[in-house]
Amino acid sequence: MCTMIAEIARIEGSGKGARGWIPIDRANVTYDHPFQLAVEHSLNIDFVNAAEGPDSRIAVELHPSSARALVRAIEEALARGVAQTGEV
Amino acid sequence: MYRTDMYEGMLAETVTVTGHNGDAIGAYFARPLGEGPFPGVVLIHHLPGWDEFYRETTRRFAHHGYAAISPNLYHREGHGTPEDVAAMVRADGGVPDEQVVGDVVASARVLRGLPTSNGKVGLIGTCSGGRHTVLVASRSTEFDAAVDCWGGRVVMPEDELTEKLPVAPIDYTADLAAPLLGLFGADDQSPSPEQVAQHEEALREHGKEYEFHMYEGAGHGFFYWNRPAYRIDQAMDGWDKVWDFFGRHLSS
Repeated sequence: MCTMIAEIARIEGSGKGARGWIPIDRANVTYDHPFQLAVEHSLNIDFVNAAEGPDSRIAVELHPSSARALVRAIEEALARGVAQTGEV
Repeated sequence: MYRTDMYEGMLAETVTVTGHNGDAIGAYFARPLGEGPFPGVVLIHHLPGWDEFYRETTRRFAHHGYAAISPNLYHREGHGTPEDVAAMVRADGGVPDEQVVGDVVASARVLRGLPTSNGKVGLIGTCSGGRHTVLVASRSTEFDAAVDCWGGRVVMPEDELTEKLPVAPIDYTADLAAPLLGLFGADDQSPSPEQVAQHEEALREHGKEYEFHMYEGAGHGFFYWNRPAYRIDQAMDGWDKVWDFFGRHLSS
Protein backbone atom coordinates (compact mmCIF):
# COMPACT_ATOMS: atom_id res chain seq x y z
CA MET A 1 0.00 0.00 0.00
CA CYS A 2 1.64 2.94 -1.23
CA THR A 3 0.11 5.92 0.51
CA MET A 4 1.06 4.89 4.08
CA ILE A 5 -1.63 7.30 5.31
CA ALA A 6 -2.62 6.05 8.77
CA GLU A 7 -4.33 7.64 11.74
CA ILE A 8 -4.66 5.80 15.04
CA ALA A 9 -7.53 6.47 17.47
CA ARG A 10 -7.20 5.13 21.01
CA ILE A 11 -10.68 3.93 21.85
CA GLU A 12 -12.56 1.85 24.39
CA GLY A 13 -15.29 -0.47 23.19
CA SER A 14 -16.26 -3.91 21.95
CA GLY A 15 -16.36 -5.34 18.48
CA LYS A 16 -17.77 -8.54 17.06
CA GLY A 17 -15.72 -10.47 14.51
CA ALA A 18 -14.83 -14.02 13.57
CA ARG A 19 -13.88 -14.76 17.20
CA GLY A 20 -17.07 -13.31 18.66
CA TRP A 21 -17.02 -10.21 20.83
CA ILE A 22 -13.63 -8.82 21.74
CA PRO A 23 -12.59 -5.70 23.64
CA ILE A 24 -11.11 -3.17 21.22
CA ASP A 25 -8.62 -0.47 22.10
CA ARG A 26 -7.60 1.00 18.76
CA ALA A 27 -9.20 2.10 15.54
CA ASN A 28 -6.60 2.07 12.77
CA VAL A 29 -7.86 4.41 10.07
CA THR A 30 -6.00 4.24 6.78
CA TYR A 31 -6.44 5.64 3.28
CA ASP A 32 -4.75 3.07 1.14
CA HIS A 33 -5.29 0.03 -1.09
CA PRO A 34 -8.14 -2.17 0.15
CA PHE A 35 -7.94 -5.94 0.32
CA GLN A 36 -11.42 -6.60 -1.04
CA LEU A 37 -13.25 -3.47 -2.21
CA ALA A 38 -12.93 -3.03 -5.98
CA VAL A 39 -11.21 0.38 -5.97
CA GLU A 40 -7.56 1.40 -5.94
CA HIS A 41 -7.77 3.31 -2.64
CA SER A 42 -10.35 3.26 0.13
CA LEU A 43 -10.92 4.53 3.63
CA ASN A 44 -10.22 1.53 5.83
CA ILE A 45 -11.05 1.15 9.49
CA ASP A 46 -9.63 -1.72 11.51
CA PHE A 47 -11.01 -2.00 15.03
CA VAL A 48 -8.38 -3.99 16.85
CA ASN A 49 -7.18 -5.25 20.17
CA ALA A 50 -3.51 -4.49 19.77
CA ALA A 51 -2.36 -6.94 22.43
CA GLU A 52 -4.29 -9.89 21.05
CA GLY A 53 -2.50 -10.28 17.73
CA PRO A 54 -3.29 -9.75 14.05
CA ASP A 55 -6.56 -11.71 13.97
CA SER A 56 -8.20 -9.54 16.62
CA ARG A 57 -9.50 -7.23 13.91
CA ILE A 58 -12.91 -6.08 12.74
CA ALA A 59 -12.39 -4.50 9.34
CA VAL A 60 -14.35 -2.28 6.99
CA GLU A 61 -13.28 -0.82 3.65
CA LEU A 62 -15.31 2.18 2.44
CA HIS A 63 -15.55 4.35 -0.62
CA PRO A 64 -14.37 7.83 0.43
CA SER A 65 -17.89 9.25 -0.03
CA SER A 66 -19.26 6.48 2.17
CA ALA A 67 -16.68 7.26 4.82
CA ARG A 68 -17.82 10.89 4.84
CA ALA A 69 -21.44 9.73 5.17
CA LEU A 70 -20.39 7.55 8.11
CA VAL A 71 -18.63 10.49 9.80
CA ARG A 72 -21.76 12.62 9.43
CA ALA A 73 -23.98 9.85 10.81
CA ILE A 74 -21.72 9.33 13.82
CA GLU A 75 -21.58 13.04 14.56
CA GLU A 76 -25.37 13.37 14.23
CA ALA A 77 -26.13 10.36 16.43
CA LEU A 78 -23.63 11.58 19.03
CA ALA A 79 -25.11 15.07 19.07
CA ARG A 80 -28.66 13.77 19.49
CA GLY A 81 -27.60 11.25 22.12
CA VAL A 82 -25.75 13.82 24.17
CA ALA A 83 -28.68 16.25 23.90
CA GLN A 84 -31.16 13.59 24.99
CA THR A 85 -29.21 11.94 27.79
CA GLY A 86 -26.85 14.63 28.95
CA GLU A 87 -23.95 12.15 28.74
CA VAL A 88 -20.66 13.20 27.19
CA MET B 1 10.98 -22.37 -23.19
CA TYR B 2 9.02 -25.39 -22.02
CA ARG B 3 8.44 -28.21 -24.50
CA THR B 4 5.91 -30.99 -24.11
CA ASP B 5 8.62 -33.66 -24.14
CA MET B 6 10.54 -32.11 -21.24
CA TYR B 7 10.62 -33.42 -17.70
CA GLU B 8 9.37 -30.89 -15.17
CA GLY B 9 9.14 -30.99 -11.41
CA MET B 10 9.49 -28.59 -8.54
CA LEU B 11 9.70 -28.49 -4.78
CA ALA B 12 7.79 -25.70 -3.05
CA GLU B 13 7.70 -25.24 0.69
CA THR B 14 8.02 -22.78 3.54
CA VAL B 15 11.51 -22.55 5.00
CA THR B 16 13.29 -20.46 7.62
CA VAL B 17 15.91 -17.90 6.63
CA THR B 18 18.25 -16.06 8.96
CA GLY B 19 17.30 -12.52 8.05
CA HIS B 20 18.24 -9.03 9.13
CA ASN B 21 19.87 -8.79 12.54
CA GLY B 22 20.08 -12.59 12.73
CA ASP B 23 16.31 -12.94 13.09
CA ALA B 24 14.69 -16.16 11.88
CA ILE B 25 11.97 -15.35 9.35
CA GLY B 26 9.73 -17.48 7.18
CA ALA B 27 10.15 -17.67 3.42
CA TYR B 28 8.37 -19.45 0.61
CA PHE B 29 10.85 -21.33 -1.51
CA ALA B 30 10.18 -22.99 -4.86
CA ARG B 31 12.87 -24.56 -7.01
CA PRO B 32 12.96 -26.74 -10.08
CA LEU B 33 13.99 -30.34 -9.54
CA GLY B 34 17.12 -31.37 -11.36
CA GLU B 35 20.82 -30.64 -11.31
CA GLY B 36 20.63 -27.17 -12.78
CA PRO B 37 22.42 -24.91 -12.91
CA PHE B 38 19.52 -22.57 -12.14
CA PRO B 39 19.53 -18.81 -11.68
CA GLY B 40 17.80 -17.44 -8.58
CA VAL B 41 15.15 -14.80 -8.02
CA VAL B 42 14.05 -13.14 -4.78
CA LEU B 43 10.42 -11.98 -4.82
CA ILE B 44 9.59 -9.01 -2.58
CA HIS B 45 5.93 -9.17 -1.61
CA HIS B 46 3.62 -6.17 -1.73
CA LEU B 47 2.11 -4.35 1.23
CA PRO B 48 -1.10 -6.41 1.03
CA GLY B 49 1.14 -9.08 2.47
CA TRP B 50 2.90 -12.38 2.00
CA ASP B 51 -0.15 -13.72 0.27
CA GLU B 52 -1.35 -16.30 -2.22
CA PHE B 53 -0.36 -14.14 -5.19
CA TYR B 54 3.24 -14.25 -4.03
CA ARG B 55 3.20 -17.99 -3.37
CA GLU B 56 1.74 -18.58 -6.80
CA THR B 57 4.22 -16.24 -8.47
CA THR B 58 7.13 -17.86 -6.64
CA ARG B 59 6.05 -21.22 -8.07
CA ARG B 60 5.70 -19.59 -11.47
CA PHE B 61 9.35 -18.63 -11.39
CA ALA B 62 10.28 -22.21 -10.52
CA HIS B 63 8.21 -23.38 -13.49
CA HIS B 64 10.28 -21.04 -15.63
CA GLY B 65 13.54 -22.52 -14.37
CA TYR B 66 14.46 -20.26 -11.46
CA ALA B 67 15.13 -21.11 -7.84
CA ALA B 68 12.77 -18.60 -6.28
CA ILE B 69 12.29 -17.40 -2.73
CA SER B 70 9.87 -14.93 -1.20
CA PRO B 71 10.75 -13.91 2.37
CA ASN B 72 7.95 -12.95 4.77
CA LEU B 73 8.90 -9.35 5.47
CA TYR B 74 6.18 -9.18 8.14
CA HIS B 75 7.31 -12.25 10.08
CA ARG B 76 8.25 -10.19 13.13
CA GLU B 77 4.77 -8.63 13.33
CA GLY B 78 3.05 -11.87 14.32
CA HIS B 79 1.00 -14.49 12.53
CA GLY B 80 -2.53 -14.76 11.21
CA THR B 81 -4.09 -14.49 7.79
CA PRO B 82 -1.90 -12.49 5.37
CA GLU B 83 -4.58 -9.77 5.34
CA ASP B 84 -4.72 -9.42 9.11
CA VAL B 85 -0.94 -9.25 9.42
CA ALA B 86 -0.70 -6.79 6.54
CA ALA B 87 -3.42 -4.60 8.07
CA MET B 88 -1.35 -4.34 11.23
CA VAL B 89 1.73 -3.35 9.23
CA ARG B 90 -0.33 -0.87 7.20
CA ALA B 91 -1.45 0.88 10.37
CA ASP B 92 2.10 0.95 11.72
CA GLY B 93 3.58 2.69 8.67
CA GLY B 94 5.22 -0.32 7.05
CA VAL B 95 8.42 -2.11 8.04
CA PRO B 96 11.85 -0.43 8.27
CA ASP B 97 13.77 -0.13 5.01
CA GLU B 98 16.99 -1.28 6.63
CA GLN B 99 15.28 -4.47 7.82
CA VAL B 100 13.89 -5.17 4.36
CA VAL B 101 17.35 -4.82 2.83
CA GLY B 102 18.74 -7.28 5.37
CA ASP B 103 15.98 -9.84 4.83
CA VAL B 104 16.17 -9.69 1.04
CA VAL B 105 19.97 -9.89 0.89
CA ALA B 106 19.89 -12.87 3.27
CA SER B 107 17.40 -14.58 0.95
CA ALA B 108 19.65 -13.95 -2.05
CA ARG B 109 22.55 -15.57 -0.24
CA VAL B 110 20.43 -18.67 0.38
CA LEU B 111 19.86 -18.93 -3.38
CA ARG B 112 23.48 -18.30 -4.29
CA GLY B 113 24.55 -20.97 -1.81
CA LEU B 114 22.51 -23.70 -3.45
CA PRO B 115 24.58 -26.41 -5.15
CA THR B 116 22.34 -25.95 -8.19
CA SER B 117 22.93 -22.19 -8.43
CA ASN B 118 24.44 -20.69 -11.57
CA GLY B 119 25.73 -17.84 -9.42
CA LYS B 120 23.21 -15.26 -10.68
CA VAL B 121 20.39 -13.81 -8.58
CA GLY B 122 17.74 -11.28 -9.55
CA LEU B 123 14.96 -9.64 -7.62
CA ILE B 124 11.45 -8.49 -8.40
CA GLY B 125 8.71 -6.79 -6.43
CA THR B 126 5.34 -5.14 -6.94
CA CYS B 127 3.73 -2.14 -5.26
CA SER B 128 5.71 -1.48 -2.05
CA GLY B 129 7.85 -4.43 -3.16
CA GLY B 130 8.71 -2.48 -6.31
CA ARG B 131 9.97 0.35 -4.16
CA HIS B 132 11.90 -2.17 -2.05
CA THR B 133 13.40 -3.63 -5.23
CA VAL B 134 14.88 -0.27 -6.19
CA LEU B 135 16.05 0.25 -2.63
CA VAL B 136 17.71 -3.15 -2.23
CA ALA B 137 19.34 -3.06 -5.67
CA SER B 138 20.89 0.25 -4.61
CA ARG B 139 21.97 -0.74 -1.10
CA SER B 140 23.46 -4.11 -2.03
CA THR B 141 25.72 -5.53 -4.74
CA GLU B 142 24.22 -9.03 -4.42
CA PHE B 143 21.96 -8.79 -7.45
CA ASP B 144 22.47 -9.19 -11.17
CA ALA B 145 19.11 -7.79 -12.33
CA ALA B 146 16.12 -6.06 -10.73
CA VAL B 147 12.48 -5.61 -11.78
CA ASP B 148 10.40 -2.82 -10.27
CA CYS B 149 6.68 -3.30 -10.92
CA TRP B 150 4.85 -0.02 -10.23
CA GLY B 151 6.73 0.69 -7.03
CA GLY B 152 5.20 3.78 -5.43
CA ARG B 153 7.19 6.22 -3.33
CA VAL B 154 10.54 5.66 -5.02
CA VAL B 155 10.22 9.42 -5.29
CA MET B 156 9.24 10.82 -1.89
CA PRO B 157 8.77 14.41 -0.81
CA GLU B 158 10.52 15.37 2.41
CA ASP B 159 7.31 15.27 4.46
CA GLU B 160 6.72 11.59 3.61
CA LEU B 161 10.05 10.43 5.05
CA THR B 162 9.74 8.60 8.36
CA GLU B 163 12.00 6.86 10.83
CA LYS B 164 11.26 3.57 9.06
CA LEU B 165 11.59 5.04 5.56
CA PRO B 166 14.27 7.67 6.09
CA VAL B 167 15.54 8.07 2.52
CA ALA B 168 13.73 8.15 -0.81
CA PRO B 169 15.10 5.29 -2.96
CA ILE B 170 15.66 7.70 -5.86
CA ASP B 171 18.31 9.39 -3.72
CA TYR B 172 20.35 6.17 -3.85
CA THR B 173 20.38 6.09 -7.66
CA ALA B 174 24.15 6.66 -7.84
CA ASP B 175 24.59 3.35 -5.98
CA LEU B 176 22.20 1.26 -8.08
CA ALA B 177 24.21 -1.90 -8.71
CA ALA B 178 22.01 -3.92 -11.08
CA PRO B 179 20.30 -3.40 -14.45
CA LEU B 180 16.73 -2.25 -13.77
CA LEU B 181 13.51 -3.08 -15.60
CA GLY B 182 10.51 -0.93 -14.68
CA LEU B 183 6.88 -1.70 -15.55
CA PHE B 184 4.30 1.03 -14.91
CA GLY B 185 0.71 1.98 -15.70
CA ALA B 186 -0.03 5.35 -17.25
CA ASP B 187 -3.18 5.72 -15.10
CA ASP B 188 -1.34 4.99 -11.83
CA GLN B 189 -1.26 7.64 -9.11
CA SER B 190 1.54 6.04 -7.11
CA PRO B 191 3.88 6.13 -8.90
CA SER B 192 2.50 8.81 -11.18
CA PRO B 193 3.93 9.06 -14.73
CA GLU B 194 5.63 12.26 -13.59
CA GLN B 195 7.40 10.43 -10.75
CA VAL B 196 8.43 7.64 -13.13
CA ALA B 197 9.87 10.27 -15.48
CA GLN B 198 11.76 11.82 -12.57
CA HIS B 199 13.22 8.44 -11.66
CA GLU B 200 14.14 7.79 -15.27
CA GLU B 201 15.93 11.13 -15.44
CA ALA B 202 17.97 10.25 -12.36
CA LEU B 203 18.93 6.88 -13.87
CA ARG B 204 19.98 8.58 -17.10
CA GLU B 205 21.93 11.21 -15.23
CA HIS B 206 23.92 8.56 -13.37
CA GLY B 207 24.48 6.44 -16.48
CA LYS B 208 22.60 3.43 -15.17
CA GLU B 209 21.44 0.49 -17.29
CA TYR B 210 17.65 0.46 -17.26
CA GLU B 211 14.55 0.04 -19.37
CA PHE B 212 11.17 1.47 -18.40
CA HIS B 213 7.84 0.60 -19.98
CA MET B 214 4.76 2.73 -19.41
CA TYR B 215 1.51 0.94 -20.31
CA GLU B 216 -1.45 2.94 -21.56
CA GLY B 217 -4.82 1.79 -20.27
CA ALA B 218 -3.32 0.35 -17.09
CA GLY B 219 -3.15 1.65 -13.55
CA HIS B 220 -1.67 0.26 -10.36
CA GLY B 221 -1.30 -3.50 -10.02
CA PHE B 222 -2.21 -4.61 -13.53
CA PHE B 223 -0.71 -8.10 -12.97
CA TYR B 224 -3.19 -8.89 -10.17
CA TRP B 225 -5.67 -11.28 -11.79
CA ASN B 226 -7.97 -11.13 -8.74
CA ARG B 227 -8.39 -7.34 -8.77
CA PRO B 228 -10.29 -5.00 -11.10
CA ALA B 229 -6.93 -3.39 -11.97
CA TYR B 230 -5.97 -6.50 -13.97
CA ARG B 231 -5.25 -5.75 -17.65
CA ILE B 232 -4.71 -8.86 -19.69
CA ASP B 233 -2.80 -7.43 -22.67
CA GLN B 234 -0.54 -5.24 -20.56
CA ALA B 235 0.07 -8.04 -18.04
CA MET B 236 0.96 -10.59 -20.71
CA ASP B 237 3.35 -8.18 -22.37
CA GLY B 238 4.81 -7.24 -19.00
CA TRP B 239 5.49 -10.89 -18.14
CA ASP B 240 7.17 -11.36 -21.52
CA LYS B 241 9.44 -8.45 -20.69
CA VAL B 242 10.25 -9.94 -17.26
CA TRP B 243 11.23 -13.32 -18.78
CA ASP B 244 13.28 -11.65 -21.49
CA PHE B 245 15.05 -9.34 -19.02
CA PHE B 246 15.90 -12.05 -16.51
CA GLY B 247 16.79 -14.41 -19.37
CA ARG B 248 19.39 -11.96 -20.63
CA HIS B 249 20.85 -10.98 -17.28
CA LEU B 250 20.63 -14.15 -15.20
CA SER B 251 21.69 -16.85 -17.64
CA SER B 252 24.99 -18.60 -17.02
